[in-house]
Amino acid sequence: MTEAPLLEVRGLRAGYGASVVLEDVDLRMGVEAVGVIGRNGMGKTTLCDSLVGFLPPSGGRVLLHGKPIEGRTPEKIARSGIAYVPQGRRLFTSLTVDEHLAMLSRRGRRWTAPDVYKLFPRLAERKRHRGGDLSGGEQQMLAFGRALLLDADLIVMDEPSEGLAPAIVDVLVDAVHHLVDEGVAVLVVEQNLRAAVRMAPRQLVMVSGRIEAEFAGDELLDRPDLQQQYLGVGAATGDDAPTDAQKAGTTDA
Amino acid sequence: MTATRRRLPALVTAAVAAAAVAWVLFLAADTPAGTALDNPGTFMVTALDAVTFAGLLFVAASGFTLIFGLMRTVNMAHGSLFLLAAYVAIGVQQAMLGKTRNIEPSEVSLVDWLVPMLVGATVAALAGMVIQQVFLQWNEGQELRQALITLAITVVLADQMLREFGGLAQRMVWPGSVTHFIEIFGQRYATTRLFMLGVAVVIGVLLWLWLNKTRLGLVVRAGVDDRQMVRGLGINIRVVFAVVFFAGAFLAGVGGVLGASFSGAAPGTDGSWLLNSLVVVIIGGLGSIKGAAAGSLLYGTVVAFSPAYLPTQYSYYAIILTFGLLALVLAVRPYGLYGRPA
Repeated sequence: MTEAPLLEVRGLRAGYGASVVLEDVDLRMGVEAVGVIGRNGMGKTTLCDSLVGFLPPSGGRVLLHGKPIEGRTPEKIARSGIAYVPQGRRLFTSLTVDEHLAMLSRRGRRWTAPDVYKLFPRLAERKRHRGGDLSGGEQQMLAFGRALLLDADLIVMDEPSEGLAPAIVDVLVDAVHHLVDEGVAVLVVEQNLRAAVRMAPRQLVMVSGRIEAEFAGDELLDRPDLQQQYLGVGAATGDDAPTDAQKAGTTDA
Repeated sequence: MTATRRRLPALVTAAVAAAAVAWVLFLAADTPAGTALDNPGTFMVTALDAVTFAGLLFVAASGFTLIFGLMRTVNMAHGSLFLLAAYVAIGVQQAMLGKTRNIEPSEVSLVDWLVPMLVGATVAALAGMVIQQVFLQWNEGQELRQALITLAITVVLADQMLREFGGLAQRMVWPGSVTHFIEIFGQRYATTRLFMLGVAVVIGVLLWLWLNKTRLGLVVRAGVDDRQMVRGLGINIRVVFAVVFFAGAFLAGVGGVLGASFSGAAPGTDGSWLLNSLVVVIIGGLGSIKGAAAGSLLYGTVVAFSPAYLPTQYSYYAIILTFGLLALVLAVRPYGLYGRPA
């Protein structure tokens, strides 16, 4: 018998009222970091929201460790092992850093508040600051740390690098690698290709509510034509890599 | 030009406040109280009246604002829970003392007041939780529907309470140990009012400790900020809703027992205390405990000072000043002092 993958998504459909955003999403991942990239409006955030139960899917299946979780409430999904770091961080503006972590600390959990402070020393210096008073980078660290305290098997991150300085993105990249080493899977949705590639060795490209293609490693960085096709970015985005288009390693999903 | 226009409400408010202070200090000679400089004793007593009444307002309004802050439910039954607790507490007190009329404070021990208070507030809290579980839970996020349901409950409860407890005003009796008079600037002042303020302060401190020092309290505050995200963190918000409704209704109940001791309970008390709570939280900002405290102080001040410091023949107009206060606060801060857009 083969072991079920950590996360398996089959034919997932979701939308808002009559407008369908996710057409038919298939995806499988194990304990690894996987990126989902794509242009604005392609359904990336909708994918995250429907995985964590913020937006109940209208069809398809989501299996975590082989068990269906689609259609469950957000609290049940969080308890069954998926933690969410949403776009815009959505911290609690009136709670301090310490209170964010205290609210979720439970005895006997693997991740504790001190672990989060060790991973992000910057947060330890801001313990008494309110969520609304933190810099963008600190907010992202706190949203990440908050998700860690759930002891999830999978962390879903939506646009973590949005609006952050490169030095902060470095910290996040290291944290993602550290997590995967610790056995936690990370699904990271990004518009920023460079950040995505550094966080995850596998990149899925989302176009109009479907996963259209998959790339390994930094393959896409060398392919301005594909970047243009899938991400709509200009060929030269400060790219110092040679732009030879010899390897056509695309695998259509 | 536009900058002046934008600052106009603030300027008007500052001018009104300055005028009110000047009036009370120097100009109010032709009023029941006289100017504060001539009659410092009357001024002190009026100020104490303001603060002690504010204590009662805070206890009643904090529960209302707590429920609204987390669930966006405008609980129109808040006044009914206030009155229900009052009637229950009066009944328990009479049962404990073994008589229904002519109870003297000297016969009432602290326990004869505290136990009925806790029983009354707990009954209100349980009733509130039933309202939430049976009627409101299914209409989460439908604020107008919830407001109408609780309004209907108010009408039904008012009728049932009239049937059960009669139409005559009843009174809870303060414990004898706090029923004294003290001298303040040559004026006699009832210590029961200070006791009422003391109870309100204890309630305020407990509420603060709960919301800031316990995990459940942190979850409640987080839920006020972003309910969906709280659920996304694996927290069962329905349990939190039930607990908060219990707590909010309990606070209404404590307010009701204080109110019944202070000014009695009768049909109509429910409506006037719903209105009082609404005024306080609209001034302070819906959903903010800090706002409930600030709103209580402001509203208490206007309620205590306007009958004393309006010219004698205009005392009837005291109630209008309440709405003047509302208009001024909302002109400067449309969401109330500590409120924010939903």
